[in-house]
Amino acid sequence: MSITPADIAQVASLARLKIPEDALQDVTDRFGRILELVDELQQVDTTGVDPMSNPHDMQQRLRADEITETNARERLQSVAPAVDQGYFLVPRVID
Amino acid sequence: MKWEQVMGLEVHLQLATQTKIFSGAANRFGAEPNRQACAVDLGMPGMLPVVNELAVKYAVMFGLSIDAAIGKRSVFDRKNYFYPDSPKGYQISQFFEPIVGEGSFTIPMPDGSTFPIRITRAHLEEDAGKSVHDAFAGQTGIDLNRAGTPLLEIVTEPDFRTAEQAVAYLKALHSLVTTLGISDGNMAEGSMRCDINLSLRAEGSDELGTRTEIKNVNSFRFVERAIGVEAERQRDILEDGGRIVQETRLYDADNNETRSMRSKEVANDYRYFPEPDLLPIIIDETYIETLRATLPELPGPKRQRFVQHYALSDYDAALLASERTLAAYFEAVTASCGEAKLAANWILGDLSAALNREDIGINQCPVTPEALAGLILRIADNTLSSKLAKQVFEGLWRGQGSAEDIIEAQGLEQVSDSGVLEAMIDEVIANNPAQVVQYKAADEGKRKKLSGFFVGQIMKASKGQANPQLLSTLLIKKLDR
Repeated sequence: MSITPADIAQVASLARLKIPEDALQDVTDRFGRILELVDELQQVDTTGVDPMSNPHDMQQRLRADEITETNARERLQSVAPAVDQGYFLVPRVID
Repeated sequence: MKWEQVMGLEVHLQLATQTKIFSGAANRFGAEPNRQACAVDLGMPGMLPVVNELAVKYAVMFGLSIDAAIGKRSVFDRKNYFYPDSPKGYQISQFFEPIVGEGSFTIPMPDGSTFPIRITRAHLEEDAGKSVHDAFAGQTGIDLNRAGTPLLEIVTEPDFRTAEQAVAYLKALHSLVTTLGISDGNMAEGSMRCDINLSLRAEGSDELGTRTEIKNVNSFRFVERAIGVEAERQRDILEDGGRIVQETRLYDADNNETRSMRSKEVANDYRYFPEPDLLPIIIDETYIETLRATLPELPGPKRQRFVQHYALSDYDAALLASERTLAAYFEAVTASCGEAKLAANWILGDLSAALNREDIGINQCPVTPEALAGLILRIADNTLSSKLAKQVFEGLWRGQGSAEDIIEAQGLEQVSDSGVLEAMIDEVIANNPAQVVQYKAADEGKRKKLSGFFVGQIMKASKGQANPQLLSTLLIKKLDR
């Protein structure tokens, strides 16, 4: 499977990563080598093997529907860069 | 060319749990910003989700109520996207192995018929927070109280052809989930939000056209209008020889139009993968059967029982069965007076009108089922005409005592004494000789209309209390003599 600098740019934008123009080819090459390793793994015959969603052979423990967390706004917002009237402020996002 | 609309619906249903799906923070509408958002909801480093057992139970209850296959093993996945109201950078959802598989649902239509639709799946996921775009200069405010609210996303097959069917489905779904008690179904507060996938195809074709998705429509009326304008927009494009772009659109109720949501389109690649912070949920047969045994009577079977047992019309039965408290009220009234048809008429007529007027629900109704039954008994035994009954009903609504008390206090008893009525008729005939001559000269067909004048005069003289059937019989007898 060959990967192009355009694919890398797309993946980077989805992950909100900034890759400088002059580093793009290098990242593409290294990314490609990782995918070669994946290709090798794909050779394994997995017929009849269920996909593994978690390495632990356990099931999820469930929590009772009881309120255990009360208001912690002041404490949690003390580390936020900007807050106003109880809201977290972020750079404007428009739909 | 004639076009056919094809639609599938996705409903996001907020579950009525006390706490979030993955944290112990409160799940209540209307709190001050960020006072119900804990470190898990905020996606703080090192925080781990723990699944709420009630959310799982509600999802299974829903699955059982639509005869769906329950996922004995279901798995959470990460749906990756960046938006500030989802602080982890992903939403925990179920993509590959949902908790509820294929099911089916029968929908009652307003004309009394029913039609079946197929449910593709329903899965658990977390809601996002809310963004406030216009209150802060140049910035967006984020409230994460809603982040982590348990959602059941219910997806249908593309089985809808008309807006009317889509609305009927949403109403039936609303009725089902509120009867189950798994959601408050409050659309105005966003407890039930609908995405509409809509495409057009040439009538007779069985291939699907390119669809658009209209996001987050939050009232029955808007669903109907959004479908109307989006279908029209697609028809215009197709008839001009254009192509539909597959995209997400927003319904703007103020301008009654749909608009492209470009910002969410750029990154339409969610790169789902299994959520490593959560283990699979395993549900066994005993759990499922225990839940099945405790399900309440559902609107569908209840509707059928009302038709069979109380001889109601399909329409009345569907309306009464659609709301658990309304159905219980109807059964209490009927148990107390034995007059199912009259009870249905009064509950769906005057009582519902009064509830709407005061904007309250049946559970806040000031008239108890026993009080309404008391009124209905007096109608059934001809003590009250329908006009007087309305007057008594107003008294019941205002808390003036029982139907008996009001009839006595206001002297509302219907006059069914033929001697008294005959005296009134004689008087009116004597006082209006010209109308009598006119009546006698008229042919059979016109006489009925002319007799209305006399009925009106006598009703006026009796203050509306004359028994209308008896009056009519006696009057015609005297006039025709």
